[in-house]
Amino acid sequence: MAQQPWQAQVYAALRSARVTIMGYVPDAGHTHLIEAAHADPDMRAVVLTTEEEGIALAAGAWLGGQRAALLMQSSGVGNCINMLSLPVNCRMPFLTLVTMRGEWAEFNPWQVPMGTATPGVLTAAGVHVRRADQPDDVAEIVAASAALAFDSTVPVAVLLSQRLIGAKAFVK
Amino acid sequence: MRHDGTLRRRAVVAALLREPGDLLVVTGLGAPSYDAAAAGERPMNFYLWGAMGGAAMVGLGLALAQPSRRVLVLTGDGGMLMGMGSLATIAAAEAPNLAIAVLDNARYGETGSQRSHTGLTTDLAAVAAGCGWFATATARDMTEVERLHARLRCEALFAVIRIAADEEPRHLPPRDGAYLTDRFRQAIGVVRN
Repeated sequence: MAQQPWQAQVYAALRSARVTIMGYVPDAGHTHLIEAAHADPDMRAVVLTTEEEGIALAAGAWLGGQRAALLMQSSGVGNCINMLSLPVNCRMPFLTLVTMRGEWAEFNPWQVPMGTATPGVLTAAGVHVRRADQPDDVAEIVAASAALAFDSTVPVAVLLSQRLIGAKAFVK
Repeated sequence: MRHDGTLRRRAVVAALLREPGDLLVVTGLGAPSYDAAAAGERPMNFYLWGAMGGAAMVGLGLALAQPSRRVLVLTGDGGMLMGMGSLATIAAAEAPNLAIAVLDNARYGETGSQRSHTGLTTDLAAVAAGCGWFATATARDMTEVERLHARLRCEALFAVIRIAADEEPRHLPPRDGAYLTDRFRQAIGVVRN
């Protein structure tokens, strides 16, 4: 039997971790997860206008006894910094999957500064950072990161590398 | 836009939170947190002391996680302006058990009472309506505030309450976020997750 593509495995890992609310700012690299979340009657998908909304959304979900995750692109990490004081200060879990830009065959130079700064900025803000580069590893890294976030109640970001996602093609 | 707020904020919040029952309350940083604490400190109040702009979205996450309970977000005009995009997010998410009340003094009270956009050109109730909130209201006297007491507990209502810019004595609630989180979850019966 053919192996599921890693994107489907990641969604299954989030469901196994009992994530029921998924906030997202759309990104091409998250297409599968976003579509799967909307199609799943047991998942609440929430489209956000800016990434920090997803941190507050996750905090509210935790207060109410549910688990949320945030999907965003590395450019959105910069929008999140002050809001990260919420899970850090309140000893809440936080799980985000970050599709990386600006690091692998990037065409758009405007993506490079925030892509380069992403791991350092997250670490400085108190977030545990994990990184997935290989398709075979992604689901396991997401599962382990979800366990770390929700069982040890800490903020965790999983960076999905641009090589893994595939660099965006700007030519038609 | 000339701001016409005359209401006393403590009287407004005391009226809104009278007989709170099991109402879940999320407050934005600064005076809204002090007002809610002055009206009656309770575990089902979750006070933000930072994370400016996040109160409404904390309310949405809570409302989605607890669909059978009522959630009320109390925040100031500065906090709501900072999280203005969340008005679009919340309208699109259609949470019938969430209401927001903005205590609008047209000032950034915590930082020296500088004028905010609601005292200049912005009408937050109109912004909410434009984002797709079906029910919006603006209260300018205590009779209208009293009407909000019921509406905020049964409608997906966005209400602006024009309060005076006068500062009240600080009434500080607990500010340890982990403590506030744990006691809130215990109070509503979240055992583990």
